[in-house]
Amino acid sequence: MNIVGLAGSKVGSKTRTAMNYVKQSVERQYPEHTFTLIDLGDYDIEFSDGRNYLDYKGDTGYVAQTIMEADAVIIGTPIFQASIPATLKNIFDLLPQDGLEGKIVSMYATAGSDKHFLIPEQQLKPILGYMKAQVVQTYVFLNDKDFLNKEIINDDVFFRLDRLVEDTMVLTDTYQKIKEAEEAKYDF
Amino acid sequence: MKYGLDQSNGLEFGLYTLGDHLPNPSTGERIPASQRLNEIIELSQLAEQAGIDFFSVGESHQDYFTTQAHSVVLGAIAQATEKIKIASSSTIISTLDPVRVFEDFATIDLISGGRTELIAGRASRTRNFELLGYSLRDYEDLYEEKFDLLRQINEHEVLNWSGNFRAPLRDAHILPRPMNGELPIWRAVGGHPASAMKAGYAGVPMFFAALGGPVSTFKNTVDTFRQAASQGGHDPDELPVSMAGFFYPGETTQEALRESYPFFNEGMKKTNGHGFSKQMFAQGADSRSVMNVGSPQQIIEKILYQHETFGHQRYIAQMDFGGVPFEKLKKNIDLIGEKILPEVKKHTKK
Repeated sequence: MNIVGLAGSKVGSKTRTAMNYVKQSVERQYPEHTFTLIDLGDYDIEFSDGRNYLDYKGDTGYVAQTIMEADAVIIGTPIFQASIPATLKNIFDLLPQDGLEGKIVSMYATAGSDKHFLIPEQQLKPILGYMKAQVVQTYVFLNDKDFLNKEIINDDVFFRLDRLVEDTMVLTDTYQKIKEAEEAKYDF
Repeated sequence: MKYGLDQSNGLEFGLYTLGDHLPNPSTGERIPASQRLNEIIELSQLAEQAGIDFFSVGESHQDYFTTQAHSVVLGAIAQATEKIKIASSSTIISTLDPVRVFEDFATIDLISGGRTELIAGRASRTRNFELLGYSLRDYEDLYEEKFDLLRQINEHEVLNWSGNFRAPLRDAHILPRPMNGELPIWRAVGGHPASAMKAGYAGVPMFFAALGGPVSTFKNTVDTFRQAASQGGHDPDELPVSMAGFFYPGETTQEALRESYPFFNEGMKKTNGHGFSKQMFAQGADSRSVMNVGSPQQIIEKILYQHETFGHQRYIAQMDFGGVPFEKLKKNIDLIGEKILPEVKKHTKK
Protein backbone atom coordinates (compact mmCIF):
# COMPACT_ATOMS: atom_id res chain seq x y z
CA MET A 1 0.00 0.00 0.00
CA ASN A 2 1.03 3.58 -0.64
CA ILE A 3 1.10 5.73 2.47
CA VAL A 4 1.76 9.46 2.16
CA GLY A 5 2.81 11.63 5.10
CA LEU A 6 1.82 15.21 4.34
CA ALA A 7 3.46 17.89 6.51
CA GLY A 8 1.22 20.85 5.74
CA SER A 9 3.30 23.93 6.44
CA LYS A 10 6.18 25.99 5.12
CA VAL A 11 6.82 27.54 8.54
CA GLY A 12 8.40 26.09 11.68
CA SER A 13 9.75 22.64 12.49
CA LYS A 14 7.37 20.86 14.83
CA THR A 15 5.04 19.43 12.20
CA ARG A 16 8.03 18.07 10.28
CA THR A 17 9.69 16.76 13.43
CA ALA A 18 6.57 14.78 14.27
CA MET A 19 6.27 13.60 10.65
CA ASN A 20 9.84 12.29 10.79
CA TYR A 21 8.77 10.16 13.71
CA VAL A 22 5.59 9.02 11.88
CA LYS A 23 7.81 7.93 8.98
CA GLN A 24 10.07 5.94 11.33
CA SER A 25 7.05 4.42 13.00
CA VAL A 26 5.47 3.28 9.70
CA GLU A 27 8.76 1.92 8.39
CA ARG A 28 9.47 0.09 11.64
CA GLN A 29 6.01 -1.43 12.08
CA TYR A 30 5.02 -1.89 8.41
CA PRO A 31 8.21 -2.33 6.35
CA GLU A 32 6.26 -3.99 3.52
CA HIS A 33 4.44 -0.73 2.68
CA THR A 34 5.73 2.36 0.87
CA PHE A 35 5.85 5.59 2.83
CA THR A 36 6.34 8.87 0.96
CA LEU A 37 6.98 11.98 3.02
CA ILE A 38 5.83 15.26 1.49
CA ASP A 39 6.88 18.31 3.48
CA LEU A 40 5.28 21.32 1.80
CA GLY A 41 8.29 23.34 2.95
CA ASP A 42 10.39 21.39 0.43
CA TYR A 43 8.20 22.20 -2.57
CA ASP A 44 7.23 25.20 -4.61
CA ILE A 45 3.50 24.76 -5.13
CA GLU A 46 1.18 26.93 -7.23
CA PHE A 47 -2.22 28.06 -6.05
CA SER A 48 -5.10 26.11 -7.51
CA ASP A 49 -6.43 27.70 -10.70
CA GLY A 50 -9.20 25.21 -11.29
CA ARG A 51 -7.51 22.90 -13.77
CA ASN A 52 -7.58 19.11 -13.41
CA TYR A 53 -4.83 17.90 -11.09
CA LEU A 54 -3.25 15.91 -13.92
CA ASP A 55 -2.53 19.13 -15.78
CA TYR A 56 -0.24 20.73 -13.18
CA LYS A 57 3.46 20.47 -13.80
CA GLY A 58 6.59 20.45 -11.63
CA ASP A 59 6.23 20.28 -7.84
CA THR A 60 2.49 21.00 -7.97
CA GLY A 61 1.86 18.10 -10.33
CA TYR A 62 4.12 15.79 -8.35
CA VAL A 63 2.47 16.51 -5.00
CA ALA A 64 -1.12 16.33 -6.34
CA GLN A 65 -0.50 13.08 -8.17
CA THR A 66 1.37 11.47 -5.28
CA ILE A 67 -1.58 12.16 -2.99
CA MET A 68 -4.08 10.90 -5.57
CA GLU A 69 -2.15 7.64 -5.88
CA ALA A 70 -2.04 7.08 -2.09
CA ASP A 71 -4.14 4.49 -0.25
CA ALA A 72 -3.72 6.42 2.99
CA VAL A 73 -2.64 9.93 3.89
CA ILE A 74 -1.38 10.97 7.30
CA ILE A 75 -1.69 14.74 7.57
CA GLY A 76 0.39 16.79 9.96
CA THR A 77 -0.79 20.36 10.39
CA PRO A 78 0.21 23.31 12.53
CA ILE A 79 -2.51 25.69 13.64
CA PHE A 80 -2.22 29.18 12.16
CA GLN A 81 -4.65 31.97 13.11
CA ALA A 82 -6.95 29.39 14.67
CA SER A 83 -7.13 27.33 11.48
CA ILE A 84 -5.16 25.08 9.15
CA PRO A 85 -2.44 26.84 7.10
CA ALA A 86 -3.29 28.11 3.61
CA THR A 87 -0.54 25.87 2.21
CA LEU A 88 -2.50 22.82 3.35
CA LYS A 89 -5.88 24.13 2.19
CA ASN A 90 -4.36 24.78 -1.22
CA ILE A 91 -3.47 21.10 -1.53
CA PHE A 92 -7.15 20.20 -1.08
CA ASP A 93 -8.10 22.87 -3.63
CA LEU A 94 -5.75 21.29 -6.19
CA LEU A 95 -7.56 17.95 -6.00
CA PRO A 96 -10.93 16.91 -7.45
CA GLN A 97 -14.07 17.35 -5.29
CA ASP A 98 -14.16 13.69 -4.36
CA GLY A 99 -10.39 13.32 -4.58
CA LEU A 100 -10.05 11.54 -1.24
CA GLU A 101 -12.70 8.93 -1.97
CA GLY A 102 -11.57 5.48 -0.96
CA LYS A 103 -8.55 6.82 0.93
CA ILE A 104 -7.92 6.56 4.65
CA VAL A 105 -6.94 9.92 6.11
CA SER A 106 -5.63 10.49 9.61
CA MET A 107 -4.16 13.58 11.20
CA TYR A 108 -2.19 15.19 13.98
CA ALA A 109 -1.90 18.85 14.84
CA THR A 110 0.87 20.86 16.46
CA ALA A 111 -0.06 24.07 18.23
CA GLY A 112 1.21 26.67 20.64
CA SER A 113 -1.84 26.47 22.82
CA ASP A 114 -4.22 23.76 24.00
CA LYS A 115 -7.06 26.13 23.18
CA HIS A 116 -6.65 24.95 19.59
CA PHE A 117 -7.44 21.33 20.39
CA LEU A 118 -10.78 21.29 18.50
CA ILE A 119 -9.50 22.94 15.32
CA PRO A 120 -8.79 19.68 13.45
CA GLU A 121 -12.26 18.47 14.50
CA GLN A 122 -14.03 21.61 13.37
CA GLN A 123 -11.97 22.74 10.41
CA LEU A 124 -10.00 19.87 8.94
CA LYS A 125 -12.46 16.98 9.28
CA PRO A 126 -15.30 18.75 7.42
CA ILE A 127 -13.01 19.21 4.41
CA LEU A 128 -11.98 15.55 4.51
CA GLY A 129 -15.60 14.48 4.82
CA TYR A 130 -16.63 16.63 1.88
CA MET A 131 -13.86 15.10 -0.22
CA LYS A 132 -15.18 11.66 0.76
CA ALA A 133 -12.18 10.47 2.79
CA GLN A 134 -12.48 7.61 5.26
CA VAL A 135 -11.33 9.51 8.33
CA VAL A 136 -9.54 8.01 11.32
CA GLN A 137 -11.60 9.73 13.98
CA THR A 138 -8.98 9.98 16.71
CA TYR A 139 -6.20 12.45 16.09
CA VAL A 140 -3.07 13.41 17.99
CA PHE A 141 -2.65 16.90 19.36
CA LEU A 142 0.86 18.10 20.12
CA ASN A 143 1.72 21.14 22.19
CA ASP A 144 4.88 23.26 21.90
CA LYS A 145 6.03 21.86 25.20
CA ASP A 146 6.28 18.38 23.70
CA PHE A 147 9.29 19.52 21.64
CA LEU A 148 12.82 20.74 22.37
CA ASN A 149 15.45 21.57 19.73
CA LYS A 150 13.54 19.81 16.96
CA GLU A 151 13.10 16.65 19.01
CA ILE A 152 10.02 15.21 20.65
CA ILE A 153 10.67 15.05 24.38
CA ASN A 154 7.37 13.73 25.68
CA ASP A 155 7.23 9.91 25.68
CA ASP A 156 3.45 10.02 25.63
CA VAL A 157 3.67 11.63 22.16
CA PHE A 158 5.61 8.65 20.80
CA PHE A 159 2.97 6.29 22.14
CA ARG A 160 0.13 8.37 20.70
CA LEU A 161 1.79 8.74 17.27
CA ASP A 162 2.46 4.98 17.19
CA ARG A 163 -1.22 4.36 17.90
CA LEU A 164 -2.21 6.85 15.18
CA VAL A 165 -0.01 5.00 12.70
CA GLU A 166 -1.43 1.66 13.79
CA ASP A 167 -5.02 2.90 13.57
CA THR A 168 -4.34 4.30 10.11
CA MET A 169 -2.75 1.08 8.86
CA VAL A 170 -5.36 -1.23 10.38
CA LEU A 171 -8.16 0.85 8.89
CA THR A 172 -6.45 1.02 5.49
CA ASP A 173 -5.96 -2.73 5.46
CA THR A 174 -9.55 -3.35 6.60
CA TYR A 175 -10.95 -0.87 4.14
CA GLN A 176 -9.16 -2.60 1.25
CA LYS A 177 -10.86 -5.83 2.33
CA ILE A 178 -14.25 -4.15 2.60
CA LYS A 179 -13.77 -2.68 -0.86
CA GLU A 180 -12.82 -6.05 -2.32
CA ALA A 181 -15.85 -7.71 -0.71
CA GLU A 182 -18.08 -4.87 -1.94
CA GLU A 183 -16.74 -5.10 -5.50
CA ALA A 184 -17.04 -8.91 -5.49
CA LYS A 185 -20.80 -8.53 -4.99
CA TYR A 186 -21.12 -7.31 -8.56
CA ASP A 187 -20.69 -9.80 -11.34
CA PHE A 188 -19.06 -7.33 -13.72
CA MET B 1 -38.66 24.81 -34.69
CA LYS B 2 -35.52 26.50 -36.01
CA TYR B 3 -32.32 24.47 -36.17
CA GLY B 4 -33.86 21.85 -38.42
CA LEU B 5 -35.06 19.51 -35.72
CA ASP B 6 -38.18 17.97 -37.13
CA GLN B 7 -39.96 16.11 -34.34
CA SER B 8 -42.57 14.55 -36.60
CA ASN B 9 -40.06 11.73 -37.01
CA GLY B 10 -39.53 11.49 -33.29
CA LEU B 11 -36.51 12.15 -31.09
CA GLU B 12 -33.33 12.60 -33.11
CA PHE B 13 -30.71 10.01 -32.28
CA GLY B 14 -27.01 10.61 -32.75
CA LEU B 15 -23.56 9.32 -31.90
CA TYR B 16 -20.65 11.38 -30.68
CA THR B 17 -17.02 10.68 -30.11
CA LEU B 18 -14.35 12.66 -28.30
CA GLY B 19 -11.78 10.86 -30.40
CA ASP B 20 -10.25 9.23 -27.35
CA HIS B 21 -7.35 6.96 -28.16
CA LEU B 22 -7.10 4.54 -25.27
CA PRO B 23 -5.79 1.01 -24.96
CA ASN B 24 -8.29 -1.83 -24.91
CA PRO B 25 -8.35 -2.55 -21.15
CA SER B 26 -8.57 -6.31 -21.59
CA THR B 27 -5.50 -6.57 -23.84
CA GLY B 28 -3.64 -3.39 -22.89
CA GLU B 29 -3.09 -2.80 -26.60
CA ARG B 30 -3.72 0.45 -28.38
CA ILE B 31 -4.45 0.66 -32.08
CA PRO B 32 -2.43 3.19 -34.12
CA ALA B 33 -3.83 6.73 -34.31
CA SER B 34 -4.27 6.33 -38.07
CA GLN B 35 -6.52 3.31 -37.51
CA ARG B 36 -8.56 5.06 -34.82
CA LEU B 37 -9.15 8.07 -37.08
CA ASN B 38 -10.18 5.92 -40.01
CA GLU B 39 -12.47 3.87 -37.81
CA ILE B 40 -14.18 7.06 -36.62
CA ILE B 41 -14.81 8.01 -40.24
CA GLU B 42 -16.11 4.51 -40.99
CA LEU B 43 -18.29 4.66 -37.87
CA SER B 44 -20.02 7.74 -39.30
CA GLN B 45 -20.82 5.77 -42.47
CA LEU B 46 -22.15 2.81 -40.50
CA ALA B 47 -24.24 5.17 -38.38
CA GLU B 48 -25.73 6.67 -41.52
CA GLN B 49 -26.54 3.22 -42.92
CA ALA B 50 -28.25 2.26 -39.65
CA GLY B 51 -30.55 5.28 -39.92
CA ILE B 52 -28.87 7.28 -37.14
CA ASP B 53 -29.59 11.00 -37.56
CA PHE B 54 -26.42 12.68 -36.36
CA PHE B 55 -22.69 12.10 -35.86
CA SER B 56 -20.26 14.43 -34.13
CA VAL B 57 -16.59 14.62 -33.22
CA GLY B 58 -15.06 16.52 -30.31
CA GLU B 59 -11.77 18.23 -29.67
CA SER B 60 -9.51 17.41 -26.72
CA HIS B 61 -5.87 18.32 -26.37
CA GLN B 62 -5.10 15.94 -23.51
CA ASP B 63 -3.07 12.76 -23.72
CA TYR B 64 -5.00 9.74 -25.04
CA PHE B 65 -6.97 11.72 -27.65
CA THR B 66 -6.62 11.84 -31.39
CA THR B 67 -9.13 14.30 -32.89
CA GLN B 68 -7.53 17.57 -31.80
CA ALA B 69 -7.97 18.72 -35.43
CA HIS B 70 -11.63 17.72 -35.29
CA SER B 71 -12.67 19.97 -38.17
CA VAL B 72 -10.26 18.08 -40.43
CA VAL B 73 -11.89 14.80 -39.36
CA LEU B 74 -15.32 16.31 -39.98
CA GLY B 75 -14.17 17.32 -43.49
CA ALA B 76 -13.41 13.67 -44.18
CA ILE B 77 -16.75 12.61 -42.71
CA ALA B 78 -18.57 15.20 -44.83
CA GLN B 79 -17.06 13.54 -47.89
CA ALA B 80 -17.66 9.97 -46.71
CA THR B 81 -21.36 10.38 -45.85
CA GLU B 82 -24.43 11.58 -47.69
CA LYS B 83 -27.33 12.35 -45.43
CA ILE B 84 -26.40 12.11 -41.74
CA LYS B 85 -26.09 15.45 -39.91
CA ILE B 86 -22.54 16.15 -38.76
CA ALA B 87 -21.18 18.41 -36.05
CA SER B 88 -18.45 19.17 -33.57
CA SER B 89 -18.97 18.05 -29.97
CA SER B 90 -17.51 20.28 -29.05
CA THR B 91 -15.33 22.93 -30.63
CA ILE B 92 -13.39 24.71 -27.90
CA ILE B 93 -14.05 28.17 -29.24
CA SER B 94 -12.24 29.86 -26.32
CA THR B 95 -8.79 29.01 -27.66
CA LEU B 96 -9.52 29.24 -31.39
CA ASP B 97 -10.16 32.14 -33.74
CA PRO B 98 -13.90 32.34 -34.44
CA VAL B 99 -13.24 33.65 -37.96
CA ARG B 100 -11.15 30.62 -38.80
CA VAL B 101 -13.60 28.24 -37.10
CA PHE B 102 -16.46 29.71 -39.10
CA GLU B 103 -14.47 29.39 -42.35
CA ASP B 104 -13.75 25.74 -41.55
CA PHE B 105 -17.31 24.82 -40.60
CA ALA B 106 -18.92 26.74 -43.46
CA THR B 107 -16.57 24.83 -45.76
CA ILE B 108 -17.50 21.50 -44.18
CA ASP B 109 -21.12 22.53 -44.55
CA LEU B 110 -20.69 23.17 -48.29
CA ILE B 111 -18.84 19.87 -48.80
CA SER B 112 -21.56 18.02 -46.87
CA GLY B 113 -24.40 19.73 -48.70
CA GLY B 114 -25.76 21.71 -45.75
CA ARG B 115 -25.59 19.01 -43.04
CA THR B 116 -23.21 20.71 -40.66
CA GLU B 117 -23.73 22.09 -37.16
CA LEU B 118 -21.34 23.60 -34.63
CA ILE B 119 -21.36 23.00 -30.90
CA ALA B 120 -19.07 25.36 -29.05
CA GLY B 121 -17.80 24.60 -25.55
CA ARG B 122 -15.44 25.96 -22.92
CA ALA B 123 -13.40 22.78 -22.32
CA SER B 124 -13.65 20.63 -19.21
CA ARG B 125 -9.93 19.95 -19.47
CA THR B 126 -7.69 22.88 -20.11
CA ARG B 127 -4.39 21.90 -21.68
CA ASN B 128 -5.48 23.67 -24.89
CA PHE B 129 -5.06 27.02 -23.10
CA GLU B 130 -1.36 26.50 -22.56
CA LEU B 131 -0.84 24.79 -25.89
CA LEU B 132 -2.53 27.50 -27.94
CA GLY B 133 -1.21 30.44 -25.94
CA TYR B 134 -4.08 31.55 -23.71
CA SER B 135 -4.38 32.14 -19.99
CA LEU B 136 -6.68 29.99 -17.91
CA ARG B 137 -7.54 33.14 -15.99
CA ASP B 138 -9.52 34.29 -19.02
CA TYR B 139 -11.50 31.01 -19.14
CA GLU B 140 -14.96 32.59 -18.99
CA ASP B 141 -14.23 35.88 -20.77
CA LEU B 142 -12.56 34.12 -23.69
CA TYR B 143 -15.50 31.83 -24.17
CA GLU B 144 -18.19 34.48 -23.92
CA GLU B 145 -16.45 36.91 -26.26
CA LYS B 146 -15.48 34.34 -28.87
CA PHE B 147 -18.81 32.54 -28.80
CA ASP B 148 -20.60 35.84 -29.29
CA LEU B 149 -18.30 36.74 -32.20
CA LEU B 150 -18.92 33.34 -33.77
CA ARG B 151 -22.66 33.94 -33.64
CA GLN B 152 -22.28 37.42 -35.13
CA ILE B 153 -20.19 36.04 -38.02
CA ASN B 154 -22.91 33.46 -38.56
CA GLU B 155 -25.60 36.13 -38.75
CA HIS B 156 -23.70 38.79 -40.72
CA GLU B 157 -21.69 38.20 -43.85
CA VAL B 158 -19.98 41.57 -43.44
CA LEU B 159 -19.00 42.45 -39.92
CA ASN B 160 -17.55 45.24 -37.84
CA TRP B 161 -16.40 44.03 -34.49
CA SER B 162 -13.93 44.74 -31.74
CA GLY B 163 -13.14 42.91 -28.52
CA ASN B 164 -10.40 42.06 -26.09
CA PHE B 165 -8.97 38.81 -27.36
CA ARG B 166 -8.67 39.31 -31.09
CA ALA B 167 -7.78 42.02 -33.58
CA PRO B 168 -10.83 44.10 -34.59
CA LEU B 169 -12.75 43.33 -37.76
CA ARG B 170 -13.50 46.24 -40.12
CA ASP B 171 -15.99 45.59 -42.90
CA ALA B 172 -14.74 42.04 -42.76
CA HIS B 173 -16.25 39.82 -45.41
CA ILE B 174 -16.21 36.34 -43.97
CA LEU B 175 -16.50 33.54 -46.50
CA PRO B 176 -17.59 31.00 -47.50
CA ARG B 177 -21.20 31.23 -46.37
CA PRO B 178 -22.99 28.04 -45.31
CA MET B 179 -25.48 26.42 -47.64
CA ASN B 180 -28.60 27.36 -45.70
CA GLY B 181 -27.50 30.89 -44.85
CA GLU B 182 -26.58 30.12 -41.25
CA LEU B 183 -25.03 27.25 -39.35
CA PRO B 184 -26.94 25.83 -36.39
CA ILE B 185 -24.69 26.90 -33.50
CA TRP B 186 -25.19 25.37 -30.05
CA ARG B 187 -23.74 26.07 -26.65
CA ALA B 188 -22.17 23.06 -24.94
CA VAL B 189 -23.13 22.87 -21.27
CA GLY B 190 -21.52 20.59 -18.69
CA GLY B 191 -22.67 20.24 -15.12
CA HIS B 192 -23.19 23.89 -14.26
CA PRO B 193 -26.70 25.37 -14.28
CA ALA B 194 -25.03 28.80 -14.55
CA SER B 195 -23.79 27.85 -18.01
CA ALA B 196 -27.29 26.68 -18.99
CA MET B 197 -28.63 30.03 -17.78
CA LYS B 198 -26.26 31.92 -20.06
CA ALA B 199 -27.37 29.83 -23.04
CA GLY B 200 -31.02 30.46 -22.19
CA TYR B 201 -30.69 34.22 -21.74
CA ALA B 202 -28.83 34.51 -25.02
CA GLY B 203 -31.45 32.44 -26.84
CA VAL B 204 -28.91 29.81 -27.88
CA PRO B 205 -29.85 26.12 -28.09
CA MET B 206 -28.18 23.92 -25.52
CA PHE B 207 -26.17 20.74 -25.84
CA PHE B 208 -26.11 19.25 -22.37
CA ALA B 209 -23.70 16.49 -21.38
CA ALA B 210 -25.10 14.36 -18.54
CA LEU B 211 -22.69 11.52 -17.86
CA GLY B 212 -23.87 9.91 -14.65
CA GLY B 213 -26.49 10.36 -11.95
CA PRO B 214 -30.26 10.42 -11.63
CA VAL B 215 -32.31 11.93 -14.46
CA SER B 216 -34.16 14.10 -11.92
CA THR B 217 -30.94 15.95 -11.05
CA PHE B 218 -30.30 16.98 -14.64
CA LYS B 219 -33.90 18.06 -15.08
CA ASN B 220 -33.05 21.03 -12.90
CA THR B 221 -30.50 22.30 -15.43
CA VAL B 222 -32.88 21.82 -18.36
CA ASP B 223 -35.59 23.76 -16.48
CA THR B 224 -33.08 26.49 -15.65
CA PHE B 225 -32.23 26.80 -19.34
CA ARG B 226 -35.87 27.19 -20.38
CA GLN B 227 -36.68 29.63 -17.58
CA ALA B 228 -33.67 31.76 -18.48
CA ALA B 229 -34.76 31.72 -22.13
CA SER B 230 -38.20 33.07 -21.16
CA GLN B 231 -36.64 35.71 -18.95
CA GLY B 232 -34.33 36.71 -21.80
CA GLY B 233 -37.32 37.25 -24.07
CA HIS B 234 -36.98 34.06 -26.11
CA ASP B 235 -39.54 31.36 -26.69
CA PRO B 236 -38.24 28.19 -25.03
CA ASP B 237 -40.35 26.12 -27.43
CA GLU B 238 -38.22 27.45 -30.26
CA LEU B 239 -34.94 26.53 -28.58
CA PRO B 240 -34.00 22.90 -28.89
CA VAL B 241 -32.21 20.93 -26.20
CA SER B 242 -29.86 18.05 -26.95
CA MET B 243 -28.75 15.57 -24.33
CA ALA B 244 -25.45 13.73 -24.50
CA GLY B 245 -24.20 10.83 -22.41
CA PHE B 246 -22.64 7.41 -22.02
CA PHE B 247 -24.24 4.57 -23.92
CA TYR B 248 -23.51 0.87 -24.10
CA PRO B 249 -25.98 -1.86 -25.08
CA GLY B 250 -25.60 -5.58 -24.41
CA GLU B 251 -27.77 -8.63 -24.95
CA THR B 252 -28.78 -8.33 -21.30
CA THR B 253 -28.30 -5.50 -18.82
CA GLN B 254 -25.88 -7.68 -16.85
CA GLU B 255 -23.82 -8.31 -19.95
CA ALA B 256 -23.80 -4.61 -20.80
CA LEU B 257 -22.49 -3.77 -17.33
CA ARG B 258 -19.90 -6.52 -17.39
CA GLU B 259 -18.59 -5.59 -20.83
CA SER B 260 -18.64 -1.84 -20.49
CA TYR B 261 -17.29 -1.37 -16.95
CA PRO B 262 -13.60 -1.83 -17.85
CA PHE B 263 -13.87 0.62 -20.76
CA PHE B 264 -15.50 3.36 -18.67
CA ASN B 265 -13.49 2.72 -15.52
CA GLU B 266 -10.04 2.39 -17.06
CA GLY B 267 -10.77 5.12 -19.60
CA MET B 268 -11.84 7.61 -16.92
CA LYS B 269 -8.83 6.71 -14.80
CA LYS B 270 -6.47 7.46 -17.66
CA THR B 271 -8.17 10.62 -18.92
CA ASN B 272 -9.50 12.13 -15.66
CA GLY B 273 -7.50 10.40 -12.95
CA HIS B 274 -10.60 8.91 -11.34
CA GLY B 275 -12.52 5.74 -12.26
CA PHE B 276 -16.04 4.58 -11.39
CA SER B 277 -16.74 2.53 -8.27
CA LYS B 278 -18.72 -0.59 -9.14
CA GLN B 279 -21.39 0.54 -6.70
CA MET B 280 -21.90 3.78 -8.65
CA PHE B 281 -21.69 2.01 -11.98
CA ALA B 282 -24.28 -0.61 -11.00
CA GLN B 283 -26.73 2.21 -10.20
CA GLY B 284 -26.24 3.41 -13.77
CA ALA B 285 -28.30 0.45 -14.98
CA ASP B 286 -31.37 1.65 -13.04
CA SER B 287 -34.07 3.08 -15.28
CA ARG B 288 -33.93 6.37 -13.34
CA SER B 289 -30.24 6.86 -14.13
CA VAL B 290 -29.17 9.02 -17.04
CA MET B 291 -26.51 6.51 -18.15
CA ASN B 292 -27.80 4.46 -21.06
CA VAL B 293 -26.15 1.15 -20.29
CA GLY B 294 -28.24 -2.03 -20.44
CA SER B 295 -30.19 -4.40 -22.66
CA PRO B 296 -31.78 -2.81 -25.75
CA GLN B 297 -35.16 -2.95 -23.98
CA GLN B 298 -33.75 -1.29 -20.86
CA ILE B 299 -32.10 1.42 -22.96
CA ILE B 300 -35.32 2.08 -24.85
CA GLU B 301 -37.16 2.53 -21.55
CA LYS B 302 -34.45 4.82 -20.25
CA ILE B 303 -34.39 7.01 -23.35
CA LEU B 304 -38.19 7.31 -23.31
CA TYR B 305 -38.18 8.18 -19.61
CA GLN B 306 -35.47 10.78 -20.23
CA HIS B 307 -37.46 12.18 -23.15
CA GLU B 308 -40.56 12.43 -21.01
CA THR B 309 -38.57 14.22 -18.30
CA PHE B 310 -36.40 16.56 -20.35
CA GLY B 311 -38.53 17.07 -23.45
CA HIS B 312 -35.33 17.24 -25.48
CA GLN B 313 -35.25 17.08 -29.27
CA ARG B 314 -32.05 15.11 -29.78
CA TYR B 315 -30.11 12.50 -27.84
CA ILE B 316 -26.51 11.71 -28.69
CA ALA B 317 -24.70 8.65 -27.40
CA GLN B 318 -21.04 8.24 -26.56
CA MET B 319 -20.42 4.54 -27.06
CA ASP B 320 -16.80 4.32 -28.18
CA PHE B 321 -15.09 5.59 -25.03
CA GLY B 322 -12.23 3.68 -23.46
CA GLY B 323 -10.82 1.57 -26.29
CA VAL B 324 -13.97 -0.35 -27.32
CA PRO B 325 -12.92 -2.58 -30.26
CA PHE B 326 -14.35 -1.64 -33.63
CA GLU B 327 -16.07 -5.02 -34.07
CA LYS B 328 -18.04 -4.31 -30.91
CA LEU B 329 -18.96 -0.82 -32.12
CA LYS B 330 -20.30 -2.31 -35.34
CA LYS B 331 -22.39 -4.79 -33.37
CA ASN B 332 -23.74 -1.99 -31.19
CA ILE B 333 -24.65 0.11 -34.22
CA ASP B 334 -26.64 -2.88 -35.48
CA LEU B 335 -28.44 -3.10 -32.14
CA ILE B 336 -29.26 0.61 -32.36
CA GLY B 337 -30.52 0.37 -35.93
CA GLU B 338 -32.51 -2.82 -35.53
CA LYS B 339 -33.88 -2.66 -32.01
CA ILE B 340 -33.44 0.69 -30.28
CA LEU B 341 -34.06 3.29 -32.96
CA PRO B 342 -37.42 1.97 -34.28
CA GLU B 343 -38.91 1.85 -30.77
CA VAL B 344 -37.57 5.25 -29.72
CA LYS B 345 -38.88 6.84 -32.92
CA LYS B 346 -42.25 5.10 -32.67
CA HIS B 347 -42.90 6.40 -29.17
CA THR B 348 -41.59 9.93 -29.63
CA LYS B 349 -43.19 10.87 -32.95
CA LYS B 350 -45.31 13.99 -32.82
